[in-house]
Amino acid sequence: MLYREAGQFKASYQEDAQIFPIRQDRIGFFALMAVVFLVVPFAASEYWLQAILIPVLIFSLAALGLNILTGYAGQLSLGSAAFMAVGAFATYNFMLRIDGIPFLVAMLLGGLCAAGVGILFGLPSLRIKGFYLAVATLAAQFFIVWALVKFPWFSNYSSSGVISAQTVNIFGYAFVTPQAKYLLTLAIVTVLALAAKNMVRSTTGRKWMAVRDMDVAAEVIGIRLMRTKLQAFAVSSFYCGVAGALYAYTYLGTVEPEGFNLDLSFKILFMIIIGGVGSILGSFLGSAFIVLLPIFLNVVLHSAVGAALPAGFGSSLELMIFGALIIFFLIVEPHGMARLWQIGKEKLRLWPFPH
Amino acid sequence: MMMNEVAQTESAAAGGRRIGDVILDLQNISLSFGGVKALTNISFNVREHEIRAIIGPNGAGKSSMLNVINGVYHPQEGRIVFHGEERKEMEPYMAASQNIARTFQNIALFKGMSVLDNIMTGRHMKMNCGLLSHVLYWGKAQREEIEHRKKVEEVIDFLEIQSIRKTPVGRLPYGLQKRVELARALAAEPSLLLLDEPMAGMNVEEKQDMCRFILDVNDQFGTTIVLIEHDMGVVMDISDRVVVLDYGKKIGDGTPDEVKSNPEVIAAYLGTAH
Ligand SMILES: Nc1ncnc2c1ncn2[C@@H]1O[C@H](COP(=O)(O)OP(=O)(O)O)[C@@H](O)[C@H]1O
Ligand SMILES: [Mg+2]
Repeated sequence: MLYREAGQFKASYQEDAQIFPIRQDRIGFFALMAVVFLVVPFAASEYWLQAILIPVLIFSLAALGLNILTGYAGQLSLGSAAFMAVGAFATYNFMLRIDGIPFLVAMLLGGLCAAGVGILFGLPSLRIKGFYLAVATLAAQFFIVWALVKFPWFSNYSSSGVISAQTVNIFGYAFVTPQAKYLLTLAIVTVLALAAKNMVRSTTGRKWMAVRDMDVAAEVIGIRLMRTKLQAFAVSSFYCGVAGALYAYTYLGTVEPEGFNLDLSFKILFMIIIGGVGSILGSFLGSAFIVLLPIFLNVVLHSAVGAALPAGFGSSLELMIFGALIIFFLIVEPHGMARLWQIGKEKLRLWPFPH
Repeated sequence: MMMNEVAQTESAAAGGRRIGDVILDLQNISLSFGGVKALTNISFNVREHEIRAIIGPNGAGKSSMLNVINGVYHPQEGRIVFHGEERKEMEPYMAASQNIARTFQNIALFKGMSVLDNIMTGRHMKMNCGLLSHVLYWGKAQREEIEHRKKVEEVIDFLEIQSIRKTPVGRLPYGLQKRVELARALAAEPSLLLLDEPMAGMNVEEKQDMCRFILDVNDQFGTTIVLIEHDMGVVMDISDRVVVLDYGKKIGDGTPDEVKSNPEVIAAYLGTAH
C-alpha cells in the first residue's frame, strides 16, 4: 500500500483534527502499539527490556516534559533532572508514609509535587527569558539536589540519601519481572504521551505556542502570560516528576539525589535538540537515539577492532559524536530528527513523482 | 465636495451601517518614554461603526496611540473613556475581554503555528474548557474545538485564505501574513478593531483586496475600526474621519475632505512626504 493521502476526504472538522489525519499513519500507529504491547514483552530479552527499552521510555517521558516547556511554551530550562528527583523522592515518601497507598496514586502525587516545585522555580520566567532563565533554572537544579541530601528526612535517614524503591503492587499484582515493569512503564508513558498530544492540539497548547512565538501579540489577544508560563512549568515538571518516579521504581530500583545531576538535565536537553524541539515524536526519537548510541558504538567498535582499544575510548568517541550531532542539529535542522522524519514522509507522499 | 459627501453618506446607508455614538473618548493623552515625548496632549474620539483613520509621518506617534488604546502603553496623563466608563487601569490582556482586537505594524503572528492554529488562538477568549478537559480531548472539549473551528472557517472563507489554512505562517508571503493577522483579530469577533498599517508593503492588488476586506468587516459586522495607514488615497477613500498627528501632536481632525484642505496638514504631511 502506497503512502498516499489521495481519496481520503475529511467530511468533518472532527476527522480533520484527528491525531493522525492520514489513514496510513493511523494504521502504522496501531500496528506499532500492537508490537510494543503484545510482541516486544515476549520477544525481547530481559537485557533489552531492562537496560534499553525501559530507560528509553522513561527518558522519552522526561524529554516530553522538557519539550512541553521548552519546545511548546518556549521557556528554556536546565532543571529537568531536579524535577525528576522531586518526583522520585516524593513518590518514595508517599509510598513509605501512607499505608497501603496504591503505587499509581503515589506516583501521581509525586508528579503533582514536582509540578508544585516547577511552578515555584518557574516564577523567574515572568521576568526573564532565554539564556538568563536557563541560568535561573540551574538554581532549581542545584538547590533541589542539595536539599534532598541536606535533609535526610526525604530519604528516610538512609546513608548518603540513597532510597530503595518499594515493590510496585497494582491490584495485588507485583511488578517485579522486566516484562511487567516494561509493560507498566509503557502503559504510563503511552497515556501521558497521548495526553500531551491532546494538550498541544487544543487551546492549552496553542496558548503555550503563542507565548513562545510572540508574547506581546499573545497578551493582546487576551492570553495571560504569567498563568500560561506557570502552567507550562507545572505540566512539564509533572511529566518529569512521573519520569523520575519511574526511573526509581521500574528502572534502577535504588536512586540517590546525586543521580539527578546537571549531567542528566543536559542529557534530556540534548534529547530534545536531537529528537526535535516542539515535537512529541521527537522526544521519543531523541531519547532512543541517546540511549542507543553508546550501545551501538560499543558493538561496532568491538566487532571492528576487538578488545584492543584503550578503556574510555568508546565513551570519548561517544562524546565527540554527541557534540558533532548537537552542533549539526542546532545549525542545520533545529527541529531535529522528527523534522527529518516529516520531510521523509512528505517526499514519500509524492513518490515516485519528484514534484 | 458636496457631491462627494452625499455619495458617502448614501453608500453608508445602503450598507445598513449607521454611525453611532462615541464609544471611545481619548482626552488630553500624553505619553513619553524617558525624555522622548511620543504623544502630547492628544484628544479625539471614535464613534461606533465608523472607520477612523490616524495618519501622520513616521514617528508621529500613531502606533503609540494604538498601544495606548489597548493597554500596551500607559499614558502619563489623560483620560480614556470607553463605552461610557473611565478606564482606571489597563493591561494588554484586558483589551481582549473588552472586545478590542488589533493587528501590528510589524507582523506579530505566531510563526511556528499553522494559519488555522493562529486563527484558532484568536478565538481562545470564547473557549472555556480547561487543561483537564483538553488532556482528555473528549466530549465537551472536542465539541468546543469543533464548534469554534466552524467559526474560524467562516473567517477563513471571508478572507479567502482557504487554500493556506494548513500552511505554517512563516512560509507565507508578506501580503498573506498580513491577511492572516487580520483573520486572527477577526476570529475574536471584536467590536473595536485596531489596524496598524494593514497595507504597508503591499502591491496594488493586495492593497485593493485589503481595502475590500476592511470595508466588508465594517459593513457586514458593524465593527468599529481605527486604522493607521500611509497611503493617502486609501485613507481618503475608506475612512469616515481622520486624525492627523505630527511629532506627537494632533494637527488635524475631521472628515477626509476637511483634513485634506487643512493648511497645517498639507504643510506637515501631504507637502513633505508625498
Ligand atoms: N517602546 C518605546 N520605547 C521608546 N520609545 C518609543 C517606544 N515606542 C515608540 N517610541 C517613540 O515614540 C515615537 C512615536 O513612535 P510611533 O508611535 O511608533 O510612531 P509611528 O507609528 O507614527 O511611526 C518615536 O519617537 C518612537 O521612537
Ligand atoms: Mg507605527
